[in-house]
Order: sequence, then C-alpha cells, then structure tokens
Amino acid sequence: MIRQFSAFWQSDFGWKFRHSPTAILSALVTLILVGAAIFAPLIAPYNPFDSSSLNLMNGFSAPMAPNAFTGEVFLLGTDDQGRDVFSTILYGMRVSLFVGVLAVLFGLVLGVTLGLIAGYAGGRVDGFIMRVADIQLTFPAILVAMLIFGIAKGIIAPQYRDQMAIWVLIIAIGLSDWVPFARVVRGATMVEKNRDYVQAARLIGRKPVAIMVLHILPNVLNPILVIATISLALAIIAEATLSFLGVGAPPTQPSLGTLIRIGQTFLFSGEWWILLFPAATLLALALAVNSLGDWLRDALNPRLK
Amino acid sequence: MTPPPVLSVRNLVVEIPSRAGISRPVNNISYDIAPGEILGVVGESGAGKSMAGNAIIGLLDRPAHIASGEVWLNGSRIDNLPLEDLRRIRGRQIGMVFQDPLTSLNPLLRIGDQLTETIREHLPVTAAQARERAVAALEEVGIPAAAERLDSYPHEFSGGMRQRVVIALALCAEPSFVIADEPTTALDVSVQAQIIALLRRLCRDRGTAVMLVTHDMGVIAEAADRVAVMYAGRLAELGPVRSVINAPRHPYADGLMGAMPSLSIGQRRLRQIPGAMPRPSKIPPGCAFHPRCPRAADPCRVDPPPTILDDPQGRAACWFPLEHSA
Amino acid sequence: MTAFVEVSHLGRSFDVSKPWLNRVIERLPRRNLVAVSDVSFQIEEGAVYALVGESGSGKSTIGRMLAGLMTPSAGTVKVAGADLHADPAARKAAGIQMIFQDPYASLNPRWKVRRIICEPVVVAGGATAGLAERLLEQVGLAAEDADKFPHEFSGGQRQRICIARALAANPRFIICDEPTSALDVSVQAQVLNLMSDLRDELGLTYMFISHDLTVVRHMADRIGVLYLGRLMEEAMPEQLFARPRHPYTQMLLAAAPLMEGRTREIDLPKGEVPDPISPPPGCAFHPRCPFAIDLCRKERPELRDVDGVRVACHRAEDIVPASAA
Repeated sequence: MIRQFSAFWQSDFGWKFRHSPTAILSALVTLILVGAAIFAPLIAPYNPFDSSSLNLMNGFSAPMAPNAFTGEVFLLGTDDQGRDVFSTILYGMRVSLFVGVLAVLFGLVLGVTLGLIAGYAGGRVDGFIMRVADIQLTFPAILVAMLIFGIAKGIIAPQYRDQMAIWVLIIAIGLSDWVPFARVVRGATMVEKNRDYVQAARLIGRKPVAIMVLHILPNVLNPILVIATISLALAIIAEATLSFLGVGAPPTQPSLGTLIRIGQTFLFSGEWWILLFPAATLLALALAVNSLGDWLRDALNPRLK
Repeated sequence: MTPPPVLSVRNLVVEIPSRAGISRPVNNISYDIAPGEILGVVGESGAGKSMAGNAIIGLLDRPAHIASGEVWLNGSRIDNLPLEDLRRIRGRQIGMVFQDPLTSLNPLLRIGDQLTETIREHLPVTAAQARERAVAALEEVGIPAAAERLDSYPHEFSGGMRQRVVIALALCAEPSFVIADEPTTALDVSVQAQIIALLRRLCRDRGTAVMLVTHDMGVIAEAADRVAVMYAGRLAELGPVRSVINAPRHPYADGLMGAMPSLSIGQRRLRQIPGAMPRPSKIPPGCAFHPRCPRAADPCRVDPPPTILDDPQGRAACWFPLEHSA
Repeated sequence: MTAFVEVSHLGRSFDVSKPWLNRVIERLPRRNLVAVSDVSFQIEEGAVYALVGESGSGKSTIGRMLAGLMTPSAGTVKVAGADLHADPAARKAAGIQMIFQDPYASLNPRWKVRRIICEPVVVAGGATAGLAERLLEQVGLAAEDADKFPHEFSGGQRQRICIARALAANPRFIICDEPTSALDVSVQAQVLNLMSDLRDELGLTYMFISHDLTVVRHMADRIGVLYLGRLMEEAMPEQLFARPRHPYTQMLLAAAPLMEGRTREIDLPKGEVPDPISPPPGCAFHPRCPFAIDLCRKERPELRDVDGVRVACHRAEDIVPASAA
C-alpha cells in the first residue's frame, strides 16, 4: 500500500498533482468533508435523530452563544427543535454523499454498458440508444428525476415511502445522469473496436461480450473516472435541489438539501445560521469535487500538457 | 572553387532536461549544404533526424533546446536570434515541407490566398503581381489549370497535388534553403516518384539548398547528392550518396544497406542488425552503436569514436571503419 | 491437387451514402464504394502469396475477408476445401491468423504479454503453462518478457509478440497485412527473416500484403498486383520483375526507388489513383496508361493467361516493357 502510494507520488501523474495548488486544495477539502461524513457518528457531538436527547428548550441557539434557557453552547447553533446544526450537517452530508455516490455509480454502470453496446454494435442499435440519449438530454435532469420520483410515488405504498425515498432518489438521479457516460464510452469504443488488437481477439474466436468486457472496457476507463468525479458534484447538487423542492430525502433522513429547505424558512426571522452553514457546506463540497474533476480531466488529457 | 555553403551546422547539441536527467537527442552534429545541393539526412526512428531539422529552423518545442553549437544561414548566425527575427528569416529564407500536407495548409483558406499572402509578406509586390507569381508557382510544381485552382480549398486536392501545393508555398518566397521532413512518406509509390523528381528539378533550377529528412534509404538514393546517416543523435557517416551506398565506412551504414531488400537481386535472407535503436535517455557510453556492432572492440565501449576523414567530403565516426578497395 | 486457399470471384462493396435524412433532403442517390471486385487466385500450401497495390487497391479488404473478419459481398473463399463464410466451423479448422500493420495498435495496452500470447489457447480451452515463455523464445525474445506490458517494447519487438500470439493458435495460414511497413529497415530485416524461418520450420502458408515492391520481391513465391480492387497481373516474382506485362506493373516498377539511384531519367508516372467511388469505365487504369486505346476506355479487360502469366490488359501481347535493360 505504502509502496503503491509512493509509486503514484513519483509518477508523472503524482508530479502534476504536487505542482497544482488547486488539485491539492480541492483534494484536501474533499477528503476532509468525505471523512467527516463517513465518521459522523464519532465526530458529531450530538445525534440529531435521537429524539430522546433533544431538548426543545435549546431551540434557536445562535452559534457560539449560550442558550437563553439552558446555557448550553453550540458550535454552529441549533435549529427550531434544538438540534445541533453542526451534527445535522455531518449527518446530512452523509445522506447527500451516499445518494450522490450511488446515483453516479448507477448512472455509470448504465451509461458504460449502453455506450459499449452502442459503440460496438453500431447501426440500428447504436441509433436507437443514442436517440434515447438525445431525447433525454432535451429534458433538464431535474425534470427527469422529478418525473421518476412522481412515478415511484404512485407505485410505492405510503407506509414504505419514507424508507424507499432515498433509493428512489438514487435511481432518479442516476437515470438522468447516464448520458455523458454513454456518449464518451461509445465514442471511445468506436475508436478501440477498429484497433487491431480487437480484430486479433475476433480472429481468435472471442465472443463480442468478452471482447467488450476484456479488451475494450479497460481501455476506455480513463475518461470515465473524470466524468464520474464531475457527475458526483452535479449529483450532489441535484439531490440537494430535489430535497429542497421537497421531493427528495425525507425529514427523518435529512440531506443537505433538506436542511437548506428547513433553514430558508427561518432566514427572515433572523436565524440565519440554520440556512447558511448547510448551504456553505454544500457549496464547499460541490466546488471541491468539481475542481478535482476538472483538474483530473486536464491531467489525464494527453493533448494538454 | 566551391561556393560558400547556404547552411552550415557546427557541433549542434540539443538537450531535453527531464526529471530523469538530461537526454541529448541530437549530439554534436556538423554539416554544410551548398547551393543547389540536396543533403539527405537518413536515420531510423529515434535517430534524432527530425529533431535536428527542427533545431536548425528554430522550431524546437520546449523543454528541448539548443545547448551548444552554431547554425549559420547565408553567412549569418541564426541559432541565437530572438524569436521575432528568426520568424522573419524562416518565412523569407527557409521553406518548409512536412510529411502531412494538411498540417502546412490552412483548411479554411483558398490556396491562392495562402500563396499570395506569403508572397506579399516577404516580397515587395502588388496584389496583382502576387497573384501572377502564385499562378507561376503552381504551374512550376506541375498543377494543371493553375489559374483556376487558385480558388480551390486544400481538401479539394488529392494527396499528391496537395504536397505540390505545399512545395509551391514553401518556394514562393524564393528561399535559399528548404527543409523537407519526410515529404513523400504519406504518398503512394507512383506519386512519390513524381514529388522526388519535382524537388530535384526545383533545387537544380533555382540553386536552392535542400535538407531532405527521411527514414527511407530508397528516397535518399534517388534524390540526394550527399547523405548524412544519423544514429542515436550522432552523425555516423556523411558522404556522397553513391559512395555511402556502395562503400559505407561505418558499420551501421553498412548494416542499413544490407538490410534493405533489393528489387534487382532476389536474396534468400536479409542481413539484419541485432537489437534496436536505444532511447535518447539510454544511449550507451563510447560509441552509441557498439552493442549492435559486429566490429565492436574495447575502445568502442569506452570512448566516443574519432571522426575519420575521407576524400573529398566524406567522413565517418568509427574506431574500426570498413575498408573498401578502390 | 487443389490449392490450399481458393479465392473465386471475390467482391466487396461498402455503402458510403450520406445518412438517410441527407439523402432525402438533398436528393442524393445511394453511393457504393466497390473496394474489391471479381478477384480470383489460389495459394498452394506452404507458399507465400503476395498482394501489392497502392492506397485504395483493396488489398487490406481482401486480407480481412480471407481472415473471416469481413463477409464478402460476392464470391467465395475456400481454405483447405471448406467455404470460410458458409461454414462457421471452417474458420476454426482452417487455423487462420493475422499479423497487422501497426504494432502499437495490435496489442491490448492493458494486458501483460503472457496474457496476450496465451489468449488464443485460453479461448480454445487449452493448457497454457510455459507456453508464453516457449513462444517468446521462438520469436527471439526472452522468457522474462512475459511479465511486461506492451509499452515496454519497441516496434519490432511488439511485432514479434504479435507473431508469437498468432503462433499460439497453431495456425496453418497467416495473413500478414503490411507487417513491416511501420518498422525501421534494420528491424524490418529481423522480422522478415523471422517470418521466413518460421515458415520453413512450421510449414506455414502466408498471404503477404504490402505496398513495398522490394519486400514483396524478397518474400513472395507468387505476386498479385491490385489496382482499384481488381487483379491486374499475377505472376512469379522472377517473371514479374524481369518482364512486367501490365502497364500498371511497369509503372510501379519504374516508380519504385532504386538503391542504384536514378541514373535513368525515365517517364514519370502519370496522375494519381482515381477516386474508387467513381472509377473510370473500361480498364480502370486507362487514364494513366501510356498504351491506352479506344477499346480500353470502353471494355474492361478480363484476366487471362499470356505466356504463363495472368494479366488483365487488352494489349498484353503488343506492349514491350519500357525498362528491358
């Protein structure tokens, strides 16, 4: 592990990384935020979802100021129900990242599979898949996600809705997200399939699926990593948007978007911290992941040196 | 009495610094090219032949740079000029022909505009005169109905015709030196013969000095007056083309000639040189060729070979050059 | 005795029409590129058959059809008596392998050499212990090379790895599509020598595709000259080089660079290869042919026997090669 890391550090890629302040900063911020989300139960001073530990008297505490009734001090203040904002942000980020990562994975698997098939098969199959992609692109991603959300709401019985909400969210965002993967993989596949090593594999008697998975897939992975990183930032924002609109994560499992929705109702009554801190966290997270993706794209692009 | 050379390269060294250390893709090469002469620079991939050409005309990409040595064009030194002056000289005195004609032509401009623009930039002529010159230039390189074709775009020409346009473009400012880097490699054999004949004729008629860079010994044999054989960034042998082909002194040049399949004699087995050209970062000490050389002995492994001078312009860098009777 | 490989009336065309919508709107007709048309030849077992031609001659298309990588639009390919494209089992039984032009594209860059070389055997379900090492040594590389990746090798070494992979399939017939045109001269000699040696050792049959007459002259037992998808002339190398019958062959020979240098100021070839989408009527070569007569512009000459040479020219009997000396 250490040897692998030092090999990475010494490689050209590592060299580019060490010489890019943007890359270091965005990687660092991403790492801290993701780490904080993963270890939220250990870091968070309170469990905001344990209703027995909540004290309504603590409600509306300002950041770093003792509460008027209980005298307790909260780092980032509390919301209307006395939940520690810092803790809710950590737990909210967990939900946001969970949804984002799984949604991107879902979109990635779907998009890569369809892109490989379209690029390798060509002809009518390719035409059909890419027309579907074109049609999907003409709808805003949020609209697609809301549509899927609406359908799911109709299918799933009310008592399961809260439970299933997260999964519906993942599928909704993932489904609106596969097109860039499919396009890039299709293009790369069309280049790779005419390369002689693929012809050689055909000659040996490999079946098309084996050629796609064993030969072509490993050679089209580089751009996928870049798209996945940038999609992650977009997926996190999409999730926040959906949750903000009230069609995303349920109040029992609030994500950053849910927190912002709750917070904005208090903005004009003076409790600014309930909105500001979750919003700032979302911004930092999306920005860091996005700039990491941007940098990856440049660093992995052989034409830009 | 020989005329003074158009181009003169003295002890040229190109270095590329990298994290792994400094590599020298061009190491201490010297040659002259006289007016009307075609010098063929031949070498296999990695020999540094294109890098040497780019260094001479000041087109090295960073971080490659000229570390030492001199380049003289028509009696003035050009390797240490500021970028702006060099660019002016490049347009006026140096013509360039590259392997892929499409990289030398702007796909969005009619070729007539490209020609007249180049002519007017370098010669004090009116637009009408420039157009006349452009037609003449196209006629000279053998493009039929030249006046009508001025309004065509590059993609409307076939591969061979496009390379002719590039040659017309390279020659329209009447440069004294032309560098042609693999000018026929992308072309069919029949077209290649036409382009070689064209280059030869233009060079003879105008007294232009040409540096013809190629990997193809056949092209050199047909086109060049003298040939410089490069190996691992160094000049292995330099001499009149017939004597290098028929009586090479350097074992690498000899191996290269033996490895060529011949049209006239059907031999059963080709002579082969074992191994492959070293990478510029891993050039062996002493003579760079010694690990592949059948004549290698102790001095070859330690010290760089001496340059032996032959009559009248030939030379080879070897400890144990081949001897040829007569 | 029948030949090992029998190609009869092979043809292949490609649809190069604009997309459907453009055709409807711009009222364009469908356009067909005839890459190969009515090509017939035979290859004896253990022989080297060479196809030469310039760009657009269809030589690579023929190679791919013989390998079974592409289905012909017309004609048949029989290898060892079985029709390659009618009978799916025939391809496997015939043991056809191919060596490609670009050694940088013909090896999967993410695979180690061992896995690349063993792939044919793995697919066939055989045992691979020690196979890669044995084959690497057979093609002149070291056994330790099995654990390296393709990018650690030079062009010539990669081509050796390609040969090793082809050999792993126990082939009887290898199609070599410009195997050395991406290589340097000194390395080309190594690879050509290796291919000759392997043929002697293993009794292989080669089809050799090249644009380089010198290489073809060196390797081939029989040579077919292609122009715009048609066979123009077919002969033994001695016959072809001593007395080319077809004007196109004569032009190719005259244009090939000679190490002896251009002491002759011969007639330069006229023009270039025309657009294969709309080839000239009659004999495809007539616009560039110095001997063309009216008949050549109207009627396409069939391939016929003239003094033991197959040639497709109306005037094969009356024209004398320009460079008899």
